[in-house]
Amino acid sequence: MKCDNCGEVEAVIHLTQIENNEMTACHLCEQCAAAKGLETPPAPASSFPLQEFLAQMGGEPARQDPAPVDEKCGFCGLTFQGFREAGRLGCPHCYTAFEGHLRGLLGRIHNSTQHVGKVYLPPDPTASQLERRLEGLRGQLRRAVDSEDFERAAELRDEIRSLEAETLP
Amino acid sequence: MSAFTGVPDMGLNWLDASGDHAEIVLSTRVRLARNLQGHAFGPRARVNDREAVLGRVRQHADRVDALDGSTLFHMPDLDARSRRILLERRLASRELVGEDGADPARGTAVVVSGRAPLNVMVNEEDHLRLQSLVSGLRVRDAWTMVDRLDEDLGRELPYAFHHEFGFLTSCPTNAGTGLRASVLVHLPGLVLTKEISKVLHALGQVGLTFRGLYGEGSEVVGNFFQISNQTTLGKSEEDLVDHLDRVVRKVIQHEMDARQVLLRDAGAVTEDKIWRAYGLLRYARSLSFEELMNLLSGVRLGVSLKLLPELRVYTLNKLMIFTQPAHLEEAAGRDLSPSESDAHRAAFVRRILGSEGDVSPDDRPSSDERPPHA
Repeated sequence: MKCDNCGEVEAVIHLTQIENNEMTACHLCEQCAAAKGLETPPAPASSFPLQEFLAQMGGEPARQDPAPVDEKCGFCGLTFQGFREAGRLGCPHCYTAFEGHLRGLLGRIHNSTQHVGKVYLPPDPTASQLERRLEGLRGQLRRAVDSEDFERAAELRDEIRSLEAETLP
Repeated sequence: MSAFTGVPDMGLNWLDASGDHAEIVLSTRVRLARNLQGHAFGPRARVNDREAVLGRVRQHADRVDALDGSTLFHMPDLDARSRRILLERRLASRELVGEDGADPARGTAVVVSGRAPLNVMVNEEDHLRLQSLVSGLRVRDAWTMVDRLDEDLGRELPYAFHHEFGFLTSCPTNAGTGLRASVLVHLPGLVLTKEISKVLHALGQVGLTFRGLYGEGSEVVGNFFQISNQTTLGKSEEDLVDHLDRVVRKVIQHEMDARQVLLRDAGAVTEDKIWRAYGLLRYARSLSFEELMNLLSGVRLGVSLKLLPELRVYTLNKLMIFTQPAHLEEAAGRDLSPSESDAHRAAFVRRILGSEGDVSPDDRPSSDERPPHA
């Protein structure tokens, strides 16, 4: 089957959409699918057809993906094949175990693989409750200033000052 | 309903019609998906994983401001009706309360804050789903509240975080920020003028998506659409939230324009439909939930256009929630058959409209010669 968009290359991505009780099917080659960003199918998407998308990925040669298809997460035991069938990862370690595959997949879903939001530091068991609270508030203050939410920044500054006063002898 | 004592407004303050554009926007929700280090999640989580996660939440909740004095509902300890009430109040998801007939898994719970419109689902698809749910269009406020809860909880419990992929989630569509912001909007003007498909298509072009009243996989009823961000990785939380807010404000402007077109081109027909909807609600003896939602949609439009000025938006919001099956059964104190449920629903609507929302009869002639509504 040729691609619905360019009509030249063999279609490898097949999307089915139901809207207002009407079913539409769309068949795209890899290039046209990538050009459309894929998370924006031709009609408005009511949900991302992840399982179908993952199943379709199985039809492609895994030339960009270094990990073999039967790779297994050492922590929870999920195989990459198992992930492809369920569409769900099994534990935080799966992201490392399937990193190569996931980088490609995340890029196609989100158009990016690099998180640019909040940076998280796990709790420091040696810090006191008050110090951890202050650290969190300082992080929120930085982000409030970055996003030019000065009203919130002022509230946070006052809160930090009053907490800092508590830490003084 | 003793299980709900101690939860302010019994978890219903998002109905109070207080935020921006409350006649068009029912509610705003921002949720963050988080998982704890060292435990399997989603379908791979075993009973001991789920119970360990719940145990840590129980242990640390009191050290988090917003959850101090909160109420924890452990799903397996609740009867089926109470679980459905949590679902109908949008405090728990379908997945969490267990599909019809199936018992919820051990360790699944929801923690409802007693201080703020915040709750945390435990052991849903992800270990934690932190959620703020507020009335009207208040995307920034909702984000600020849930961000604060996240900061506080993340200092107590070690989240799974990756330097490149951000917060790690069971489904890769949630990775990165783990943030889904959604706004529940009522768009009858765009539906009636048949402009809705253009608007929904445009949402897809700008990285947003829409769902029905109860979220993923649910149908659009009563012209309510949940608009939310599609992607979660590669943009900051602030950018995601501000983008949604900006686009929803544009959608609202389109909706208001569509309503003016309706009044201009079909004023008498529109007014007739609104009054007929009100009449049916006021006097019907049996109403299915779907029929109720469609009639309420007409009446909500009438209130917004000041054609039914005595009715409050809060009254309409309340009717939507308390006429759902589990709420009707709770009020009746017993299980109800579908036909009994329809009769109880109609009786409840008559009582509420009669006692707090009665509209004086309008004996003005309906005419297209009247100037369009200002």
